[in-house]
Amino acid sequence: MMYKNKTVKILQGNEACVEGAILAGVRFFAGYPITPASEIAEGMAIKLPELGGVFMQMEDEIASMAAVIGASLTGTKAMTASSGPGICLKQENIGFAAICEVPCVIVNAQRGGPSTGLPTKPSQGDVMQARWGTHGDHPMIALAPSDVNEVFHVTIKAINFSEKYRTPVMLLLDEVISHMREKVNVPTREDIEIINRKQPTVTKEEFLPYKADQDLVPPMANFGSGYRYHVTGLIHNEKGYPTSNNKEIDQLIRRLTDKVELNKKDIILEENFLLDDAKIAIVAYGSVARAAERTVKIAREKGIKVGLLKLITLWPFSDVTIKKLAEQVDLIVVPEMNLGQISREVQRAAEGKCRVISYGRVDGELINPMEILAKVEEESKL
Amino acid sequence: MNNDITQYFRKEMFPHIWCPGCGIGIVLGAILREINSIGWEKDEIVMISGIGCSSRITGYVDFNTMNTTHGRALPFATGIKMANPDLKVIAVMGDGDCAAIGGNHFIHSARRNIDITAIIINNMIYGMTGGQYSPLTPTGRYGTTAPYGNIDQSFDLSALAASAGASYVARSNIFDVNQCTRFIKKALLKKGFSVVEIISDCPISFGRINQLRTPVQMLEWIKSISVPQKTWEKLSEDEKEGKIPTGEFLDLNIPEYTERYKEISMGVQQGRKEK
Repeated sequence: MMYKNKTVKILQGNEACVEGAILAGVRFFAGYPITPASEIAEGMAIKLPELGGVFMQMEDEIASMAAVIGASLTGTKAMTASSGPGICLKQENIGFAAICEVPCVIVNAQRGGPSTGLPTKPSQGDVMQARWGTHGDHPMIALAPSDVNEVFHVTIKAINFSEKYRTPVMLLLDEVISHMREKVNVPTREDIEIINRKQPTVTKEEFLPYKADQDLVPPMANFGSGYRYHVTGLIHNEKGYPTSNNKEIDQLIRRLTDKVELNKKDIILEENFLLDDAKIAIVAYGSVARAAERTVKIAREKGIKVGLLKLITLWPFSDVTIKKLAEQVDLIVVPEMNLGQISREVQRAAEGKCRVISYGRVDGELINPMEILAKVEEESKL
Repeated sequence: MNNDITQYFRKEMFPHIWCPGCGIGIVLGAILREINSIGWEKDEIVMISGIGCSSRITGYVDFNTMNTTHGRALPFATGIKMANPDLKVIAVMGDGDCAAIGGNHFIHSARRNIDITAIIINNMIYGMTGGQYSPLTPTGRYGTTAPYGNIDQSFDLSALAASAGASYVARSNIFDVNQCTRFIKKALLKKGFSVVEIISDCPISFGRINQLRTPVQMLEWIKSISVPQKTWEKLSEDEKEGKIPTGEFLDLNIPEYTERYKEISMGVQQGRKEK
């Protein structure tokens, strides 16, 4: 990234997340202690009071999520962070944020699950939970950076998306990304794009809190600004009042989903590495994508035409890219620290146009480049 | 001054969902009268509720309002109050909402002593879902899920709030509207976590299954079990059986959370400037 002015820092992934969030304007954080996410709360506890912001350690994960939503309604950019067991508890209010369209970011420093699982070891086992963790049809944006510098920049993206689309955004780290220390290029505020939620432009009398603009996102008034309105987790109409009118119900649920799905071009972040002439593709995300990049380099030295598609945005899913890729290559290998959660999405999006092979590891160890290479070689011989 | 409390209603939301004879309207009337007498602007008030019959209050009033998830009114309120301490934050909850699923939030809101007024409409039952027993259903009374009588001990919610660190704690009932109104006003004005528990009726879900089928019967029963605190102290343990003390249990001036946070935050910022 080219910045006019930048500071180079050596940061831990969780610290980079804090730095990025604060630069993007987060001024409220509520959390609860949990490994491997606690450093995010600790960083916020130091920095937010310095900036006149608010840090709160709440009584539980549910309360943290609730407090974040409350703060966001006053016009304050708000965030929380946790890991699997805590993310389970937050789901109730993540659904509330989705239906009430309250911008907020939830960081999940993934560890092995289910339940208490593996508190100090990495996993990518929560990618499906990120999409469908809360009940009912709802939109979801989930981003998964693959190194510490990317954590910093993708955190800013996550906050921007939550403001732009008025929706909860999940930032998926894992224990290794969270705790690893690397070089981060920290730009100044002037060098990065910061997005703030749209404010109403109509008079208070004309204001309909859930009447969307053409981009399907309604402007959002701050509590206390004089635009009084009702926020309810019940299905509501444009006025914000509960409704059981089937047209209004349908309209809301479809709009919530469409505001993300129809803006995929803006939301989907992905990177290609040596894919142009590839006959075999690796599709990877998070820390596994780094191992996969190395795999590609080694494979190329051996003369195997392998390339990498690195997904940064996991939800909404890169259906179009995957379909094109499936038309180009004979084989897609999907290494991930779970038993094939994204691999099944790749399979679906590939529409049978090439073979899709899952390589899953769930023993708490990182996937290394050589084992991906071994899988690629084994499968390409078939 | 305009004393007509209908100025606070979102009239297009009426008719309301509450059953004939329900006590929630009495409590709502009391809250609105006192907001009016204090003279707060609608724009500066945030009223927050959880889930249940009482939680529907927020839909009918013309403030900044939120009908949140079950039991969670207080943590939502906490986020709002911390992010903008100038707002007047009122949480309205039911007994199941506040004492069962929201019990932990209630304790910790009191412990922080954050400047939020918690009004608990205690009808001793889960009314909206049809009459299941709550943590405030008296032992021996009936619910649809306690068809042979409730064996649980009921909570003393006011004692809980007082011991957890609140600034102001009072209990009244919908029969004694003047007292109820007086307590609400003190709670609204208190700088700190203030709690008013109001014993209310539910002729439909509690009354029908407990031989108190009409609103009048229910009100008479509420009157008969409510004992002023001073009288309560003189009663023997046997005489206390089945009775509930009412009155002001706590009225303290102790450091409030948003102010303490501001102090810390200002101190840090000052120190930073000096460096």
